[in-house]
Amino acid sequence: MKLKKKIAVSETGFIFDPTTGDSFSLNPTAVEILTLFKEGKTEKEIKKVILENYNIDESTFERSYLDFMAMLRLYNMLEEHEEK
Amino acid sequence: MKKSKITVAVSGLNNTDNPGPGIPVIRALRESKIFNVRIIGLAYENLEPGIYMHDVVDKVYQVPYPSIGSDKLLQRLAYIHSIEKIDVLIPNFDAELYSFISFEEKLHEMGIGTWLPTMQQFEERHKTKLPEFGKKYGVHVPHSKPINSISEINSLTPEFSYPLLVKGKFYDAYVAFNPEQVALYFNKIATKWGVPIIIQQFIRGTEVNVIALGDGKGNTVGAVPMRKQYITDKGKAWGGITLDDQEMLKLCHKIIKKTKWRGGMELELIKTFDNKYYLIEINPRIPAWVYLAVGAGQNLPEAMVKLALGKKTIPFKKYDVGKMFIRYSWDMIVDLKEFEQLSTMGEL
Repeated sequence: MKLKKKIAVSETGFIFDPTTGDSFSLNPTAVEILTLFKEGKTEKEIKKVILENYNIDESTFERSYLDFMAMLRLYNMLEEHEEK
Repeated sequence: MKKSKITVAVSGLNNTDNPGPGIPVIRALRESKIFNVRIIGLAYENLEPGIYMHDVVDKVYQVPYPSIGSDKLLQRLAYIHSIEKIDVLIPNFDAELYSFISFEEKLHEMGIGTWLPTMQQFEERHKTKLPEFGKKYGVHVPHSKPINSISEINSLTPEFSYPLLVKGKFYDAYVAFNPEQVALYFNKIATKWGVPIIIQQFIRGTEVNVIALGDGKGNTVGAVPMRKQYITDKGKAWGGITLDDQEMLKLCHKIIKKTKWRGGMELELIKTFDNKYYLIEINPRIPAWVYLAVGAGQNLPEAMVKLALGKKTIPFKKYDVGKMFIRYSWDMIVDLKEFEQLSTMGEL
């Protein structure tokens, strides 16, 4: 699973899907997660980074992470493929 | 490069909440790098805002509605041409296109260039004939049929299921959820635009549009896809954004190639959630949002004028994705004298 190639993400957290014209705004934490995700980091690796840098427990991260991914999927921004 | 001086007559000066394409077409021509244009506005109504935009339109003439008779319109154009020496004429209303296409040869004989669809192209893309068009050119279209009387409403099911669209032959479209609403919209549209009324199956998805220009030989001179971001209660785009959608462009190229489309066009499409494209309408003219295409790098009105003058046109290869347009309204203060002059003399 990865972000579609054409999706543009700015440093300020503005997402633009050029195929639909839709745009979204992310908060700073979501920008961080999406940047790691775009770099090809796995959920496990992303979790490690976030838990090291923020005062958050594992289950809250997992819940929020799944929510976020579900939202990206809902807005058709993900390309599904076998995760390594 | 020295710009060549030309005179272009343009209709559709109604820059209202149901805007005609005239003013954005003129803006595009004024930004031309090859033409220095003198603009002659052709107005049907004396409150079309473009009439009073003196920095946009150089001179305005009132013209009779084509419904009064094509001959009257042609006579008036001949009179205007005798004074203004029009090089190119760009009609922008659906309702006037039939007349302009039918006397296109006469306009050419007079020395007025046009770049309009042929009568066959114009006729076969009619809303009433869209299913046949889809079949002939291999394009998905929603099931539709024309009706001429309210008595036909009760027998629409099971051929159609609700909700469905009730459309006028030129303008207006409403979503109806039951036969009572169909009857209501039937009367509303028929009073304004006459019959037939088109019943079209409602397709769920996102409405997307493409503006394009065909060279009449099957080539696309330019094409820009767009999604409306802000829609008025009349269904008109008040804001929009250019898209990077290769499927839409492919479909547009296919239609232009197969029909050998000549002139400007707007494809109205519904993109379904499973990424199918349904053609819901072909407007055989430049749409009112044309200035977005200009802003994105394709000056299609300029290219159209080149074609109308018999000049070579190099097809556009690219446009800016993510370019937006946002309309605004602007109050002009107009002296009664101007209104009086146009109303009494038919010129301003």
